[in-house]
Amino acid sequence: MSTNTKRQAAGREERAVPDGETVPVKAPTNSDTPARRRRRVPEITYSVLVFIGLLVVWQVVVEMFDISNILVPAPSAVAVSLVDGFRDGSLVSHSIVTMKEILIGFGIAVGSALVSAVLITQFRTVERVLFPLLILTQTIPKVAMAPLLIVWFGIGISSKVLTVALIAFFPLLINAVLGFRSAAHEQVEMLRSFGASRMQVMRHLQIPSALPHIFAGLEVAVILSVTGAVVAEFVGSSEGLGYLIQASNFTLDVARTFAVIVVLSAVGIVLHAVVVQLGKWLVFWTATPSNAASEV
Amino acid sequence: MPTSTDTDCAIRLDSLSMLYPTKSGGTVQALDDVSLSVQAGEFISIVGPSGCGKSTLLRIIMGLSRQTSGQVTFGPSEDTHRNQLGMVFQQPLLLPWRTVRKNLLTSPDLHHARDAATHEKADELLVMLGLEEFGDRYPNELSGGMQQRVGIGRALMHDPRILLMDEPFGALDAMTRDQMGLDLLKIWDQDRKTVLFVTHSIPEAVLLADRVVVMTPRPGRLADVVEVALPRPRRLENINTPEFGEIVLKIRKLLDSEHSAH
Ligand SMILES: Nc1ncnc2c1ncn2[C@@H]1O[C@H](COP(=O)(O)OP(=O)(O)OP(=O)(O)O)[C@@H](O)[C@H]1O
Ligand SMILES: [Mg+2]
Repeated sequence: MSTNTKRQAAGREERAVPDGETVPVKAPTNSDTPARRRRRVPEITYSVLVFIGLLVVWQVVVEMFDISNILVPAPSAVAVSLVDGFRDGSLVSHSIVTMKEILIGFGIAVGSALVSAVLITQFRTVERVLFPLLILTQTIPKVAMAPLLIVWFGIGISSKVLTVALIAFFPLLINAVLGFRSAAHEQVEMLRSFGASRMQVMRHLQIPSALPHIFAGLEVAVILSVTGAVVAEFVGSSEGLGYLIQASNFTLDVARTFAVIVVLSAVGIVLHAVVVQLGKWLVFWTATPSNAASEV
Repeated sequence: MPTSTDTDCAIRLDSLSMLYPTKSGGTVQALDDVSLSVQAGEFISIVGPSGCGKSTLLRIIMGLSRQTSGQVTFGPSEDTHRNQLGMVFQQPLLLPWRTVRKNLLTSPDLHHARDAATHEKADELLVMLGLEEFGDRYPNELSGGMQQRVGIGRALMHDPRILLMDEPFGALDAMTRDQMGLDLLKIWDQDRKTVLFVTHSIPEAVLLADRVVVMTPRPGRLADVVEVALPRPRRLENINTPEFGEIVLKIRKLLDSEHSAH
Protein backbone atom coordinates (compact mmCIF):
# COMPACT_ATOMS: atom_id res chain seq x y z
CA MET A 1 0.00 0.00 0.00
CA SER A 2 1.39 3.39 -0.89
CA THR A 3 1.85 6.06 1.73
CA ASN A 4 -0.59 8.14 -0.21
CA THR A 5 -3.53 5.84 0.34
CA LYS A 6 -2.48 5.43 3.93
CA ARG A 7 -2.70 9.15 4.41
CA GLN A 8 -6.10 9.30 2.81
CA ALA A 9 -7.36 6.61 5.13
CA ALA A 10 -5.94 8.27 8.19
CA GLY A 11 -8.38 9.95 10.51
CA ARG A 12 -11.33 7.88 9.30
CA GLU A 13 -12.55 4.82 11.12
CA GLU A 14 -12.23 2.53 8.20
CA ARG A 15 -12.45 3.40 4.59
CA ALA A 16 -12.38 1.50 1.37
CA VAL A 17 -9.50 2.58 -0.83
CA PRO A 18 -9.91 2.48 -4.61
CA ASP A 19 -8.76 -1.11 -4.99
CA GLY A 20 -11.44 -2.27 -2.61
CA GLU A 21 -9.08 -3.10 0.24
CA THR A 22 -10.11 -1.85 3.69
CA VAL A 23 -7.57 -0.08 5.81
CA PRO A 24 -7.78 -0.57 9.56
CA VAL A 25 -7.40 2.30 11.95
CA LYS A 26 -3.80 3.34 12.27
CA ALA A 27 -2.08 4.45 15.43
CA PRO A 28 -2.74 8.12 16.19
CA THR A 29 0.84 9.09 15.36
CA ASN A 30 0.18 8.80 11.66
CA SER A 31 -3.38 9.91 11.51
CA ASP A 32 -3.42 13.00 13.65
CA THR A 33 -1.18 15.19 11.52
CA PRO A 34 -3.59 15.76 8.63
CA ALA A 35 -6.57 15.80 10.94
CA ARG A 36 -4.98 18.40 13.15
CA ARG A 37 -3.99 20.48 10.17
CA ARG A 38 -7.54 20.40 8.92
CA ARG A 39 -8.76 21.70 12.24
CA ARG A 40 -6.04 24.23 12.90
CA VAL A 41 -5.98 26.22 9.69
CA PRO A 42 -9.57 27.51 9.99
CA GLU A 43 -8.97 28.64 13.59
CA ILE A 44 -6.18 30.96 12.52
CA THR A 45 -8.19 32.10 9.52
CA TYR A 46 -11.11 32.97 11.77
CA SER A 47 -8.89 34.98 14.10
CA VAL A 48 -7.49 36.91 11.15
CA LEU A 49 -10.96 37.46 9.73
CA VAL A 50 -12.30 38.70 13.06
CA PHE A 51 -9.32 41.04 13.38
CA ILE A 52 -9.83 42.43 9.88
CA GLY A 53 -13.56 42.74 10.61
CA LEU A 54 -12.82 44.81 13.70
CA LEU A 55 -10.52 47.07 11.70
CA VAL A 56 -13.25 47.57 9.09
CA VAL A 57 -15.84 48.39 11.77
CA TRP A 58 -13.40 50.79 13.37
CA GLN A 59 -12.73 52.48 10.02
CA VAL A 60 -16.45 52.74 9.21
CA VAL A 61 -17.38 54.09 12.64
CA VAL A 62 -14.65 56.74 12.53
CA GLU A 63 -15.74 57.87 9.07
CA MET A 64 -19.48 57.67 9.73
CA PHE A 65 -19.42 59.73 12.91
CA ASP A 66 -16.60 61.90 11.63
CA ILE A 67 -14.57 61.33 14.77
CA SER A 68 -11.66 63.70 15.15
CA ASN A 69 -8.24 62.31 14.28
CA ILE A 70 -7.00 63.74 17.58
CA LEU A 71 -9.27 61.39 19.53
CA VAL A 72 -9.27 58.17 17.57
CA PRO A 73 -7.51 57.98 14.24
CA ALA A 74 -8.90 55.62 11.61
CA PRO A 75 -6.89 52.45 10.89
CA SER A 76 -6.04 53.92 7.49
CA ALA A 77 -4.52 56.97 9.18
CA VAL A 78 -2.48 54.70 11.45
CA ALA A 79 -1.30 52.75 8.42
CA VAL A 80 -0.28 55.93 6.64
CA SER A 81 1.59 57.09 9.73
CA LEU A 82 3.33 53.69 9.95
CA VAL A 83 4.45 53.87 6.33
CA ASP A 84 5.61 57.46 6.76
CA GLY A 85 7.50 56.54 9.92
CA PHE A 86 9.34 53.75 8.15
CA ARG A 87 9.96 55.87 5.06
CA ASP A 88 11.54 58.80 6.93
CA GLY A 89 13.40 56.32 9.15
CA SER A 90 12.16 57.78 12.44
CA LEU A 91 10.30 54.63 13.51
CA VAL A 92 13.31 52.51 12.58
CA SER A 93 15.89 54.55 14.45
CA HIS A 94 13.75 54.86 17.58
CA SER A 95 12.96 51.13 17.42
CA ILE A 96 16.66 50.32 17.31
CA VAL A 97 17.24 52.40 20.45
CA THR A 98 14.44 50.66 22.32
CA MET A 99 15.43 47.22 21.09
CA LYS A 100 18.96 47.85 22.33
CA GLU A 101 17.66 48.80 25.78
CA ILE A 102 15.41 45.75 25.87
CA LEU A 103 18.03 43.26 24.73
CA ILE A 104 20.84 44.52 26.95
CA GLY A 105 18.55 44.85 29.97
CA PHE A 106 17.00 41.45 29.35
CA GLY A 107 20.44 39.91 28.91
CA ILE A 108 21.63 41.38 32.21
CA ALA A 109 18.48 40.10 33.92
CA VAL A 110 18.90 36.60 32.51
CA GLY A 111 22.57 36.40 33.47
CA SER A 112 22.18 37.75 36.98
CA ALA A 113 18.99 35.80 37.69
CA LEU A 114 20.56 32.51 36.62
CA VAL A 115 23.73 33.11 38.61
CA SER A 116 21.71 34.13 41.69
CA ALA A 117 19.48 31.10 41.31
CA VAL A 118 22.48 28.77 41.17
CA LEU A 119 24.05 30.39 44.24
CA ILE A 120 20.76 30.29 46.15
CA THR A 121 20.11 26.64 45.37
CA GLN A 122 23.69 25.47 45.87
CA PHE A 123 24.64 27.29 49.06
CA ARG A 124 22.46 27.20 52.14
CA THR A 125 23.88 30.38 53.63
CA VAL A 126 23.29 32.37 50.47
CA GLU A 127 19.74 31.11 50.44
CA ARG A 128 19.13 31.97 54.10
CA VAL A 129 20.51 35.49 53.76
CA LEU A 130 19.53 36.45 50.26
CA PHE A 131 16.26 34.76 49.45
CA PRO A 132 14.07 36.47 52.08
CA LEU A 133 15.54 39.81 51.03
CA LEU A 134 14.80 39.12 47.40
CA ILE A 135 11.24 38.06 48.16
CA LEU A 136 10.82 41.25 50.17
CA THR A 137 12.16 43.49 47.41
CA GLN A 138 9.91 41.70 44.96
CA THR A 139 6.95 43.45 46.56
CA ILE A 140 8.32 46.84 45.45
CA PRO A 141 6.61 47.86 42.22
CA LYS A 142 9.62 47.99 39.93
CA VAL A 143 8.29 50.70 37.62
CA ALA A 144 8.23 53.00 40.65
CA MET A 145 12.02 52.72 40.63
CA ALA A 146 12.32 54.12 37.11
CA PRO A 147 12.37 57.82 38.12
CA LEU A 148 15.06 57.10 40.71
CA LEU A 149 17.17 55.24 38.18
CA ILE A 150 16.89 58.25 35.84
CA VAL A 151 18.09 60.51 38.64
CA TRP A 152 20.99 58.18 39.40
CA PHE A 153 22.04 57.16 35.93
CA GLY A 154 20.88 60.01 33.70
CA ILE A 155 18.54 60.05 30.76
CA GLY A 156 20.88 57.95 28.61
CA ILE A 157 20.58 54.28 27.83
CA SER A 158 21.90 52.96 31.17
CA SER A 159 18.87 54.00 33.21
CA LYS A 160 16.58 52.27 30.67
CA VAL A 161 18.69 49.14 30.61
CA LEU A 162 18.63 48.97 34.40
CA THR A 163 14.87 49.47 34.57
CA VAL A 164 14.41 46.63 32.07
CA ALA A 165 16.82 44.40 33.99
CA LEU A 166 15.11 45.16 37.29
CA ILE A 167 11.66 44.38 35.94
CA ALA A 168 12.71 41.18 34.18
CA PHE A 169 14.91 39.91 37.00
CA PHE A 170 12.35 38.71 39.54
CA PRO A 171 10.11 36.43 37.50
CA LEU A 172 13.26 34.91 36.08
CA LEU A 173 14.87 34.39 39.45
CA ILE A 174 11.81 32.86 41.08
CA ASN A 175 11.28 30.46 38.19
CA ALA A 176 14.94 29.53 37.97
CA VAL A 177 15.13 28.81 41.72
CA LEU A 178 12.02 26.64 41.45
CA GLY A 179 13.55 24.99 38.41
CA PHE A 180 16.89 24.16 40.01
CA ARG A 181 14.98 22.66 42.92
CA SER A 182 12.57 20.73 40.74
CA ALA A 183 14.75 17.65 40.25
CA ALA A 184 13.35 14.75 42.26
CA HIS A 185 15.41 13.69 45.25
CA GLU A 186 15.35 10.13 43.89
CA GLN A 187 16.96 11.28 40.65
CA VAL A 188 19.76 12.93 42.63
CA GLU A 189 20.33 9.68 44.52
CA MET A 190 20.28 7.72 41.30
CA LEU A 191 23.14 9.83 39.96
CA ARG A 192 24.95 9.68 43.28
CA SER A 193 24.70 5.90 43.21
CA PHE A 194 26.75 6.06 40.03
CA GLY A 195 29.30 8.18 41.83
CA ALA A 196 28.28 11.57 40.41
CA SER A 197 29.90 14.61 42.01
CA ARG A 198 27.86 17.63 43.04
CA MET A 199 28.89 19.44 39.88
CA GLN A 200 27.83 16.46 37.78
CA VAL A 201 24.45 16.31 39.49
CA MET A 202 24.12 19.98 38.64
CA ARG A 203 25.11 19.51 35.03
CA HIS A 204 23.36 16.25 34.25
CA LEU A 205 20.22 16.72 36.30
CA GLN A 206 19.51 20.07 37.89
CA ILE A 207 20.21 22.27 34.88
CA PRO A 208 18.12 20.25 32.42
CA SER A 209 15.27 19.89 34.93
CA ALA A 210 15.36 23.65 35.44
CA LEU A 211 15.04 24.49 31.75
CA PRO A 212 11.23 24.20 31.47
CA HIS A 213 10.83 26.50 34.47
CA ILE A 214 13.46 28.91 33.21
CA PHE A 215 11.67 29.21 29.89
CA ALA A 216 8.37 29.84 31.65
CA GLY A 217 10.16 32.71 33.40
CA LEU A 218 11.75 33.95 30.18
CA GLU A 219 8.36 34.15 28.48
CA VAL A 220 7.01 36.42 31.20
CA ALA A 221 10.23 38.41 31.51
CA VAL A 222 10.60 39.19 27.82
CA ILE A 223 7.18 40.86 27.71
CA LEU A 224 7.91 42.74 30.93
CA SER A 225 11.18 43.93 29.37
CA VAL A 226 9.30 45.76 26.62
CA THR A 227 7.06 47.40 29.22
CA GLY A 228 10.10 48.34 31.30
CA ALA A 229 11.87 50.03 28.41
CA VAL A 230 8.80 52.07 27.41
CA VAL A 231 8.06 53.15 30.98
CA ALA A 232 11.66 54.21 31.53
CA GLU A 233 11.55 56.21 28.32
CA PHE A 234 8.31 57.87 29.44
CA VAL A 235 9.99 59.03 32.61
CA GLY A 236 12.86 60.71 30.86
CA SER A 237 14.53 60.22 27.50
CA SER A 238 15.40 61.85 24.23
CA GLU A 239 14.98 58.85 21.96
CA GLY A 240 13.26 55.47 21.73
CA LEU A 241 9.70 54.34 21.04
CA GLY A 242 8.48 55.44 24.48
CA TYR A 243 9.88 58.89 23.81
CA LEU A 244 8.20 58.85 20.38
CA ILE A 245 4.81 58.13 21.98
CA GLN A 246 5.20 61.04 24.35
CA ALA A 247 6.38 63.34 21.59
CA SER A 248 3.44 62.33 19.36
CA ASN A 249 0.97 62.86 22.18
CA PHE A 250 2.46 66.29 22.77
CA THR A 251 1.88 67.28 19.15
CA LEU A 252 -1.55 65.58 19.19
CA ASP A 253 -0.39 63.23 16.42
CA VAL A 254 -2.47 60.36 17.78
CA ALA A 255 -2.14 58.36 14.59
CA ARG A 256 1.60 58.19 15.19
CA THR A 257 1.02 57.14 18.80
CA PHE A 258 -1.02 54.25 17.46
CA ALA A 259 1.65 53.48 14.89
CA VAL A 260 4.27 53.26 17.63
CA ILE A 261 2.00 51.00 19.68
CA VAL A 262 1.70 48.73 16.67
CA VAL A 263 5.49 48.61 16.35
CA LEU A 264 5.87 47.93 20.09
CA SER A 265 3.38 45.08 19.91
CA ALA A 266 5.25 43.65 16.97
CA VAL A 267 8.51 43.85 18.92
CA GLY A 268 6.88 42.08 21.86
CA ILE A 269 5.34 39.38 19.69
CA VAL A 270 8.60 38.70 17.86
CA LEU A 271 10.70 38.55 21.04
CA HIS A 272 8.14 36.30 22.72
CA ALA A 273 8.01 34.03 19.68
CA VAL A 274 11.81 33.74 19.66
CA VAL A 275 11.78 32.72 23.33
CA VAL A 276 8.97 30.22 22.81
CA GLN A 277 10.66 28.70 19.78
CA LEU A 278 14.00 28.45 21.58
CA GLY A 279 12.19 26.80 24.49
CA LYS A 280 10.51 24.25 22.24
CA TRP A 281 13.84 23.47 20.69
CA LEU A 282 15.81 23.17 23.94
CA VAL A 283 13.11 21.59 26.12
CA PHE A 284 12.10 19.01 23.54
CA TRP A 285 11.33 16.24 26.02
CA THR A 286 8.25 17.79 27.61
CA ALA A 287 6.57 18.09 24.20
CA THR A 288 4.54 15.24 22.75
CA PRO A 289 6.73 12.72 20.98
CA SER A 290 5.06 13.35 17.61
CA ASN A 291 8.26 14.37 15.82
CA ALA A 292 10.20 11.26 16.65
CA ALA A 293 7.23 8.98 16.13
CA SER A 294 6.11 10.25 12.74
CA GLU A 295 9.37 9.38 11.02
CA VAL A 296 8.37 5.68 10.92
CA MET B 1 25.08 -18.10 57.61
CA PRO B 2 27.63 -18.93 60.24
CA THR B 3 29.09 -21.78 58.22
CA SER B 4 30.05 -19.72 55.19
CA THR B 5 33.71 -19.50 54.44
CA ASP B 6 34.96 -15.96 54.28
CA THR B 7 36.68 -16.42 50.94
CA ASP B 8 33.57 -16.28 48.77
CA CYS B 9 31.62 -13.88 50.94
CA ALA B 10 30.48 -10.88 48.90
CA ILE B 11 28.86 -8.66 51.50
CA ARG B 12 29.02 -8.87 55.25
CA LEU B 13 26.75 -6.85 57.48
CA ASP B 14 27.77 -6.68 61.13
CA SER B 15 25.14 -5.49 63.62
CA LEU B 16 23.92 -2.68 61.41
CA SER B 17 21.69 -0.19 63.17
CA MET B 18 20.11 2.92 61.79
CA LEU B 19 18.47 5.75 63.68
CA TYR B 20 16.77 8.53 61.75
CA PRO B 21 16.25 11.86 63.47
CA THR B 22 12.63 13.01 63.35
CA LYS B 23 11.32 16.53 62.91
CA SER B 24 10.09 16.60 66.50
CA GLY B 25 13.63 16.02 67.77
CA GLY B 26 13.33 12.33 68.57
CA THR B 27 14.64 9.39 66.59
CA VAL B 28 13.14 6.55 64.58
CA GLN B 29 14.91 3.26 64.65
CA ALA B 30 14.80 1.86 61.14
CA LEU B 31 17.28 -0.98 61.54
CA ASP B 32 18.27 -2.84 64.68
CA ASP B 33 21.30 -5.10 64.83
CA VAL B 34 21.14 -6.58 61.36
CA SER B 35 23.84 -9.12 60.61
CA LEU B 36 24.03 -11.10 57.43
CA SER B 37 26.61 -12.47 55.10
CA VAL B 38 25.91 -12.89 51.46
CA GLN B 39 27.83 -15.35 49.30
CA ALA B 40 29.28 -14.20 46.02
CA GLY B 41 26.86 -15.07 43.25
CA GLU B 42 23.98 -15.55 45.60
CA PHE B 43 20.48 -14.28 44.87
CA ILE B 44 18.92 -12.96 48.06
CA SER B 45 15.36 -11.70 48.34
CA ILE B 46 14.36 -9.44 51.18
CA VAL B 47 10.76 -9.27 52.36
CA GLY B 48 9.21 -7.45 55.27
CA PRO B 49 6.34 -5.17 56.17
CA SER B 50 6.29 -1.63 54.83
CA GLY B 51 8.56 0.71 56.76
CA CYS B 52 10.73 -2.02 58.25
CA GLY B 53 13.91 -0.61 56.76
CA LYS B 54 14.47 -2.59 53.57
CA SER B 55 15.24 0.48 51.51
CA THR B 56 17.36 1.82 54.33
CA LEU B 57 19.39 -1.37 54.29
CA LEU B 58 20.09 -1.13 50.57
CA ARG B 59 20.86 2.57 50.82
CA ILE B 60 23.45 1.89 53.51
CA ILE B 61 25.08 -0.84 51.45
CA MET B 62 25.06 1.46 48.44
CA GLY B 63 26.64 4.25 50.48
CA LEU B 64 23.73 6.65 50.03
CA SER B 65 23.11 6.71 53.80
CA ARG B 66 25.50 6.24 56.67
CA GLN B 67 24.58 3.71 59.33
CA THR B 68 24.40 4.79 62.96
CA SER B 69 26.43 1.78 64.07
CA GLY B 70 27.70 -1.50 62.72
CA GLN B 71 29.72 -2.26 59.65
CA VAL B 72 29.40 -3.16 56.01
CA THR B 73 32.30 -5.06 54.50
CA PHE B 74 32.68 -6.38 51.04
CA GLY B 75 34.30 -9.78 50.77
CA PRO B 76 37.91 -10.37 49.77
CA SER B 77 36.98 -11.59 46.33
CA GLU B 78 35.20 -8.30 45.73
CA ASP B 79 36.72 -4.96 45.12
CA THR B 80 35.51 -2.77 47.96
CA HIS B 81 34.95 0.07 45.58
CA ARG B 82 31.46 1.38 45.19
CA ASN B 83 31.65 0.90 41.45
CA GLN B 84 31.30 -2.80 42.12
CA LEU B 85 27.74 -1.95 43.08
CA GLY B 86 24.78 -1.24 40.87
CA MET B 87 21.42 -0.08 42.13
CA VAL B 88 17.98 -0.42 40.56
CA PHE B 89 15.29 1.74 42.10
CA GLN B 90 11.55 1.31 42.44
CA GLN B 91 10.97 3.92 39.74
CA PRO B 92 12.92 3.79 36.49
CA LEU B 93 14.29 7.30 37.20
CA LEU B 94 15.40 7.78 33.62
CA LEU B 95 16.58 11.18 32.47
CA PRO B 96 13.84 12.32 30.06
CA TRP B 97 16.20 14.38 27.88
CA ARG B 98 18.42 11.42 27.16
CA THR B 99 17.60 8.71 24.67
CA VAL B 100 17.36 5.14 25.92
CA ARG B 101 20.91 4.48 24.76
CA LYS B 102 22.22 7.59 26.47
CA ASN B 103 20.38 6.65 29.64
CA LEU B 104 22.22 3.34 29.57
CA LEU B 105 25.45 5.30 29.16
CA THR B 106 24.81 7.41 32.28
CA SER B 107 27.49 5.75 34.34
CA PRO B 108 30.29 5.82 31.70
CA ASP B 109 29.41 9.44 30.97
CA LEU B 110 29.83 10.35 34.62
CA HIS B 111 33.22 8.69 34.68
CA HIS B 112 34.28 10.04 31.29
CA ALA B 113 34.64 6.47 30.13
CA ARG B 114 32.46 6.45 27.05
CA ASP B 115 34.30 4.66 24.26
CA ALA B 116 33.73 2.07 21.56
CA ALA B 117 33.57 -0.72 24.12
CA THR B 118 30.87 0.95 26.20
CA HIS B 119 28.83 1.63 23.07
CA GLU B 120 29.09 -2.02 22.17
CA LYS B 121 28.06 -2.96 25.68
CA ALA B 122 25.06 -0.64 25.43
CA ASP B 123 24.04 -2.34 22.19
CA GLU B 124 24.34 -5.74 23.84
CA LEU B 125 22.22 -4.59 26.76
CA LEU B 126 19.56 -3.23 24.39
CA VAL B 127 19.32 -6.62 22.75
CA MET B 128 19.29 -8.43 26.07
CA LEU B 129 16.52 -6.18 27.38
CA GLY B 130 14.53 -6.60 24.18
CA LEU B 131 14.86 -2.90 23.41
CA GLU B 132 17.10 -2.98 20.35
CA GLU B 133 14.62 -0.94 18.32
CA PHE B 134 14.24 1.67 21.02
CA GLY B 135 17.82 2.83 21.52
CA ASP B 136 17.18 6.22 19.98
CA ARG B 137 13.79 6.80 21.55
CA TYR B 138 13.16 9.01 24.53
CA PRO B 139 11.84 7.58 27.81
CA ASN B 140 8.39 9.16 27.43
CA GLU B 141 7.89 7.05 24.30
CA LEU B 142 8.32 3.83 26.31
CA SER B 143 5.89 1.87 28.42
CA GLY B 144 6.45 1.60 32.16
CA GLY B 145 7.85 -1.91 31.87
CA MET B 146 10.23 -0.89 29.12
CA GLN B 147 11.42 2.07 31.17
CA GLN B 148 12.06 -0.19 34.12
CA ARG B 149 14.10 -2.48 31.89
CA VAL B 150 16.21 0.50 30.88
CA GLY B 151 16.68 1.25 34.58
CA ILE B 152 17.96 -2.28 35.09
CA GLY B 153 20.19 -2.04 32.04
CA ARG B 154 21.66 1.21 33.32
CA ALA B 155 22.68 -0.51 36.55
CA LEU B 156 24.24 -3.37 34.55
CA MET B 157 26.18 -1.04 32.26
CA HIS B 158 29.32 -0.83 34.36
CA ASP B 159 29.09 -4.57 35.03
CA PRO B 160 28.83 -4.41 38.82
CA ARG B 161 29.50 -7.58 40.78
CA ILE B 162 26.72 -6.72 43.22
CA LEU B 163 23.24 -5.68 42.19
CA LEU B 164 20.97 -3.97 44.70
CA MET B 165 17.34 -3.92 43.63
CA ASP B 166 14.74 -2.02 45.64
CA GLU B 167 11.30 -3.24 44.55
CA PRO B 168 12.26 -2.86 40.91
CA PHE B 169 8.99 -4.35 39.68
CA GLY B 170 6.77 -2.64 42.23
CA ALA B 171 5.10 -0.35 39.71
CA LEU B 172 4.38 -3.05 37.11
CA ASP B 173 1.27 -5.09 36.44
CA ALA B 174 1.30 -8.76 37.47
CA MET B 175 1.95 -10.20 34.02
CA THR B 176 4.80 -7.89 33.08
CA ARG B 177 6.15 -8.41 36.53
CA ASP B 178 6.37 -12.19 36.24
CA GLN B 179 8.03 -11.88 32.86
CA MET B 180 10.53 -9.34 34.16
CA GLY B 181 11.38 -11.64 37.06
CA LEU B 182 12.15 -14.51 34.72
CA ASP B 183 14.16 -12.16 32.47
CA LEU B 184 16.12 -11.06 35.48
CA LEU B 185 16.91 -14.67 36.33
CA LYS B 186 18.19 -15.17 32.79
CA ILE B 187 20.47 -12.17 33.09
CA TRP B 188 21.62 -13.29 36.49
CA ASP B 189 22.34 -16.77 35.19
CA GLN B 190 24.82 -15.41 32.64
CA ASP B 191 27.45 -14.34 35.15
CA ARG B 192 25.91 -14.91 38.58
CA LYS B 193 26.16 -11.49 40.11
CA THR B 194 25.40 -11.15 43.78
CA VAL B 195 21.84 -9.83 44.01
CA LEU B 196 19.92 -8.28 46.88
CA PHE B 197 16.32 -8.04 45.77
CA VAL B 198 13.69 -6.26 47.87
CA THR B 199 10.08 -7.13 47.14
CA HIS B 200 6.63 -7.11 48.70
CA SER B 201 5.60 -10.25 46.85
CA ILE B 202 6.43 -13.46 48.70
CA PRO B 203 6.00 -15.72 45.64
CA GLU B 204 8.26 -13.44 43.65
CA ALA B 205 10.84 -13.52 46.43
CA VAL B 206 10.78 -17.31 46.53
CA LEU B 207 10.74 -17.78 42.77
CA LEU B 208 13.91 -15.77 42.30
CA ALA B 209 16.04 -16.34 45.36
CA ASP B 210 18.49 -18.78 46.87
CA ARG B 211 17.61 -17.42 50.28
CA VAL B 212 14.82 -15.15 51.47
CA VAL B 213 15.57 -12.71 54.26
CA VAL B 214 12.45 -12.03 56.33
CA MET B 215 12.45 -8.84 58.32
CA THR B 216 10.39 -7.78 61.34
CA PRO B 217 8.28 -4.61 61.54
CA ARG B 218 10.11 -1.49 62.63
CA PRO B 219 12.71 -1.53 63.99
CA GLY B 220 13.80 -3.90 61.25
CA ARG B 221 15.56 -6.99 62.51
CA LEU B 222 16.09 -10.27 60.76
CA ALA B 223 13.21 -12.56 61.67
CA ASP B 224 14.72 -15.46 59.78
CA VAL B 225 16.57 -16.40 56.64
CA VAL B 226 14.71 -19.04 54.63
CA GLU B 227 16.58 -21.34 52.27
CA VAL B 228 14.95 -21.91 48.89
CA ALA B 229 16.28 -25.28 47.78
CA LEU B 230 14.36 -25.38 44.52
CA PRO B 231 16.20 -26.46 41.38
CA ARG B 232 17.25 -23.95 38.76
CA PRO B 233 16.45 -22.80 36.17
CA ARG B 234 13.20 -21.72 37.73
CA ARG B 235 9.99 -21.45 35.75
CA LEU B 236 6.66 -19.88 36.40
CA GLU B 237 5.21 -23.39 36.81
CA ASN B 238 7.36 -23.79 39.92
CA ILE B 239 4.82 -21.64 41.72
CA ASN B 240 2.26 -24.46 41.59
CA THR B 241 4.50 -27.13 43.14
CA PRO B 242 3.90 -28.15 46.78
CA GLU B 243 7.53 -27.42 47.72
CA PHE B 244 7.09 -23.88 46.54
CA GLY B 245 3.83 -23.53 48.44
CA GLU B 246 5.47 -24.77 51.62
CA ILE B 247 8.21 -22.17 51.49
CA VAL B 248 5.74 -19.39 50.74
CA LEU B 249 3.60 -20.52 53.67
CA LYS B 250 6.59 -20.63 55.97
CA ILE B 251 7.54 -17.05 55.10
CA ARG B 252 3.95 -15.89 55.41
CA LYS B 253 3.73 -17.42 58.89
CA LEU B 254 6.99 -15.77 59.88
CA LEU B 255 5.67 -12.40 58.77
CA ASP B 256 2.33 -12.97 60.51
CA SER B 257 3.83 -14.01 63.81
CA GLU B 258 6.16 -11.05 63.76
CA HIS B 259 3.25 -8.81 62.99
CA SER B 260 1.06 -10.09 65.82
CA ALA B 261 3.97 -9.94 68.23
CA HIS B 262 3.89 -6.15 67.93
N1 LIG C 1 15.20 10.11 55.52
C1 LIG C 1 14.48 9.62 56.57
N2 LIG C 1 14.26 10.38 57.65
C2 LIG C 1 13.55 9.92 58.69
N3 LIG C 1 13.02 8.69 58.74
C3 LIG C 1 13.18 7.89 57.69
C4 LIG C 1 13.92 8.32 56.53
N4 LIG C 1 13.92 7.31 55.64
C5 LIG C 1 13.22 6.32 56.20
N5 LIG C 1 12.79 6.66 57.43
C6 LIG C 1 12.02 5.80 58.34
O1 LIG C 1 12.71 4.60 58.47
C7 LIG C 1 11.81 3.50 58.40
C8 LIG C 1 12.25 2.54 57.35
O2 LIG C 1 12.14 3.15 56.07
P1 LIG C 1 12.45 2.36 54.73
O3 LIG C 1 12.20 3.29 53.61
O4 LIG C 1 13.79 1.75 54.83
O5 LIG C 1 11.32 1.25 54.77
P2 LIG C 1 11.00 0.10 53.71
O6 LIG C 1 11.13 -1.19 54.40
O7 LIG C 1 11.78 0.31 52.47
O8 LIG C 1 9.46 0.37 53.44
P3 LIG C 1 8.64 0.15 52.09
O9 LIG C 1 8.44 -1.32 51.97
O10 LIG C 1 7.34 0.85 52.35
O11 LIG C 1 9.43 0.73 50.98
C9 LIG C 1 10.44 4.09 58.14
O12 LIG C 1 9.70 4.00 59.32
C10 LIG C 1 10.67 5.51 57.76
O13 LIG C 1 9.70 6.30 58.37
MG1 LIG D 1 11.31 0.87 50.46
